[in-house]
Amino acid sequence: MSENLLEVKDLHVQYNTDDAVVYALNGVSLNLKEGEKLGLVGETGAGKTTLALSVLRLLPKVGQIASGSISYKGEELLDKPESYMLGLRGRRVSMIFQDPMTSLNPVKSVGDQIREVLDLHFPQLTKEAKNEKVDQMLQLVGIPASRKNEFPHQFSGGMKQRVVIAMALISQPELLLADEPTTALDVTIQAQIMALMGQLKDRFNTAVLLITHDLGLVAEFCDTVAVIYSGCIVESGTVEDIFSGKNNHPYTKGLIGCIPDLSKDEDRLHPIPGHMADARTLPSGCPFADRCANAMDKCRKERPEAFSEGTHTVFCHLFDNMRGGV
Amino acid sequence: MDWLKYALKRLLMLIPVIICVTFILFVILSLAPGDVARMVLGADATAEQIAALNHEMGLDKPLLIRYVSYMLDAVRLDFGTSWTGNFDVLEEFSFRLPYTLLVSTLAICFAIAVGVPLGIASAIKQYSLLDYGCTFVVMLLFSMPAFWLGTMCQIFFCLMLRWLPVSGVGSWTCYILPTIILGANTLASMIRMSRTSMLDVIKMDYIRTARAKGNSQKDVILHHAIRNSLIPVVTQIGINFAGTIGGAVVTENIFAIPGIGSMLINAVKGRDVPVVMGTVIFITVIVGVINLIVDLVCALIDPRIDLAS
Amino acid sequence: MKKRVKKPLSEYSTGELVLYRFRKNKLAMLGVAMFLFVTLMILIAPLIRPYDMVVKQNIADRLQGPSSQYLFGTDELGRDLFSRILYGGRISLFCSLAIIAIAFVSGALIGGAAGFFGGKVDTVLMRIVDMLMSVPSALLAMAIITALGNGVWKLVLALSIGQIPRFARMVRSSVITLRNMEYVEAARCFGISSMKIMLKHILPNGIGPIIVSATLTLGAVILSISSMGYLGLGVASPTPEWGTIISENKVNIQYYPYLGIFPGICIMLTVMAVNFIGDGLRDAFDPKSKN
Repeated sequence: MSENLLEVKDLHVQYNTDDAVVYALNGVSLNLKEGEKLGLVGETGAGKTTLALSVLRLLPKVGQIASGSISYKGEELLDKPESYMLGLRGRRVSMIFQDPMTSLNPVKSVGDQIREVLDLHFPQLTKEAKNEKVDQMLQLVGIPASRKNEFPHQFSGGMKQRVVIAMALISQPELLLADEPTTALDVTIQAQIMALMGQLKDRFNTAVLLITHDLGLVAEFCDTVAVIYSGCIVESGTVEDIFSGKNNHPYTKGLIGCIPDLSKDEDRLHPIPGHMADARTLPSGCPFADRCANAMDKCRKERPEAFSEGTHTVFCHLFDNMRGGV
Repeated sequence: MDWLKYALKRLLMLIPVIICVTFILFVILSLAPGDVARMVLGADATAEQIAALNHEMGLDKPLLIRYVSYMLDAVRLDFGTSWTGNFDVLEEFSFRLPYTLLVSTLAICFAIAVGVPLGIASAIKQYSLLDYGCTFVVMLLFSMPAFWLGTMCQIFFCLMLRWLPVSGVGSWTCYILPTIILGANTLASMIRMSRTSMLDVIKMDYIRTARAKGNSQKDVILHHAIRNSLIPVVTQIGINFAGTIGGAVVTENIFAIPGIGSMLINAVKGRDVPVVMGTVIFITVIVGVINLIVDLVCALIDPRIDLAS
Repeated sequence: MKKRVKKPLSEYSTGELVLYRFRKNKLAMLGVAMFLFVTLMILIAPLIRPYDMVVKQNIADRLQGPSSQYLFGTDELGRDLFSRILYGGRISLFCSLAIIAIAFVSGALIGGAAGFFGGKVDTVLMRIVDMLMSVPSALLAMAIITALGNGVWKLVLALSIGQIPRFARMVRSSVITLRNMEYVEAARCFGISSMKIMLKHILPNGIGPIIVSATLTLGAVILSISSMGYLGLGVASPTPEWGTIISENKVNIQYYPYLGIFPGICIMLTVMAVNFIGDGLRDAFDPKSKN
């Protein structure tokens, strides 16, 4: 196995709003190897986007990284000056945002917006070389190069997301943070976009952190999975570990239960009861305890320790007695 | 050539507007109670004299006939002569208009040049001393009557300190104070508008995208935020221009600038219908043209605006 | 002492929330206090100073500085400036309120009809509104004054016509937006009549921005009335009005600054109070707009 490209350790992030402090991430740890495709799965508000923005240090003003470490290729990003981050963003780590409708500047042509990455990170290239690269990249994502002088409003949602992907990958980054890249798109377009991302990722050997709430997408696209709930990673492992159905975290079980299984004759889906806990108060025990059918007294009091089996790690008290010798 | 077609279309659309506005004005002005002829001739005019003058001015004819003949004359650029001053309306207007346009344009330019950078700066440095200062100035300017500010400044800077000429149009220094006074209100709305708009824009997703590409904060503002934040500001300039021309009446009155303002005030007080009528028509056309220019500039900044449709 | 039970915010109705946010806004509350003070002073003016003082000339006491007898001093005819400002406020403030009321009601009727009925009604009404809008409102007011002559009510009429288009457009667009909202459609599906939908659903939901705009326009209207007064249009001396007071003392302000400062500050504080209220209402109705 190759070296870890991205290592997030015990990351705590909070938003200090006027009314209250919102605890978005409560001790998240995550490893991503070079060329690996990691799916980060969780509900809306679980802290997925916060994690991605923290890596780029692009949290909004009210956001604050309280503690923890983010190291990229062994370098601690949280200690680096802003100038270092400027060279990293868009060059070595790119990000694709959720809503292609709003993530492109409406007054600049798409060609200009893609070329801007080259202007920023490859100033040594000639104008012709840059333009040629932009043309190539557009064709690669399936947009005729002749459309590069058009503006975002002249493109459909799927086409815009292709432009965003072109923008993210033109610098051949080592890591791509894809924040729900297909959520805002039609199902048919979703498949196209994911296929495109997979194909380009292989071509450039880019590691991907795919943020999504769609387990199906993860099963199809990713090598490894981390499930995040209320700012905590509750389970991680390879796709096989998670989907084998063995020793799953109750939350993951619930998520998998939400996917309708057409092979079985079932009338109902199985939603997880309740809502995610209010992030304005820090949970003392397991964050999922209130919604968990198997919750014990211990769950509400103590944070569960990691239970690991090979590549598979679960944070749940249910596995306490299986943890040999402790 | 889309914009040329669009401009022509808009100019053509001004014609029915003028026809209707003139008609409405004609109806309103013909409601004028009291006898115009008596007012012109004075209290001791005889009934024959009044009837003669009424006939001469065509006031004895029905409203519609008077309207049609006024419009027919207007097409031939004959807007009649003043009832009280005995001058040709168009001639007097074209003599006075340059002063008004000059002061108004200077005022708008001053407001843009000072207000937009201030507004943008206070949005970028939100909650800073500059931001609070700007908010305070905007609040003051919005609550101060221009005629009061003008009078007080005139007294202070011109009469007491003697830094600037009190009135007239003798040299360029005469225009300094009128420009600032007339531009004060627009300045306030420029600061407020560009601040709000900038604050809206920097919250947008595409600004985050721009930062994720590796743009520095400064580059994000310069290359991505400013142009987007200017779109509502330009629209606001168009709205303010009409108000500025109206406000010019007051400013010209304070600083004795021989623009259309003083002519208009005298005409309103003397109930000099042809002058008021002519002035309103001309100004409406001018404001229409300015709004057209503003819309063209908007289309230039914002590619989403399609002039062809 | 009876203890007030505090409801949690989540149980507040929309109206209560607006009120709660408004009352938390310190500037807005200051504005309310200032505005109430000015209104009260103007209302009880006869109790403070007899109207006689407004017009009574007393050459012996001309151009006296502020003193206990003449709170704001006297003008060149020896008239008490305080009384003149007090009674002048009646015209400035009450006329402004009347103008807003007229413009608001006519605008709401025109815009509401245009938005609700759509089609030909909409086209015709909006064409007229556009027409009115293409003439700068100051010029329109002057043209109307030319026709009608001087007089307080004529001035009110002249200035309110210029404000109608703004309200008509706003009401129309908010009616159109709301008409297409799902909950209005849902109400229609339940067979609720047009009029009821208008009153029960569209009015309460669309009224916020219109009230805000009315308040903010009120400040501008107070300024226009005094400008017209300053130019000698509408209200003429010796009837006191804040603008005319400044214009009649123009020549003396240089040597007796209090003649300019007091009426000017009165206008400024009143307009500022109204603007504070307007800004506070805007933030209360739409907390997202607050930057």
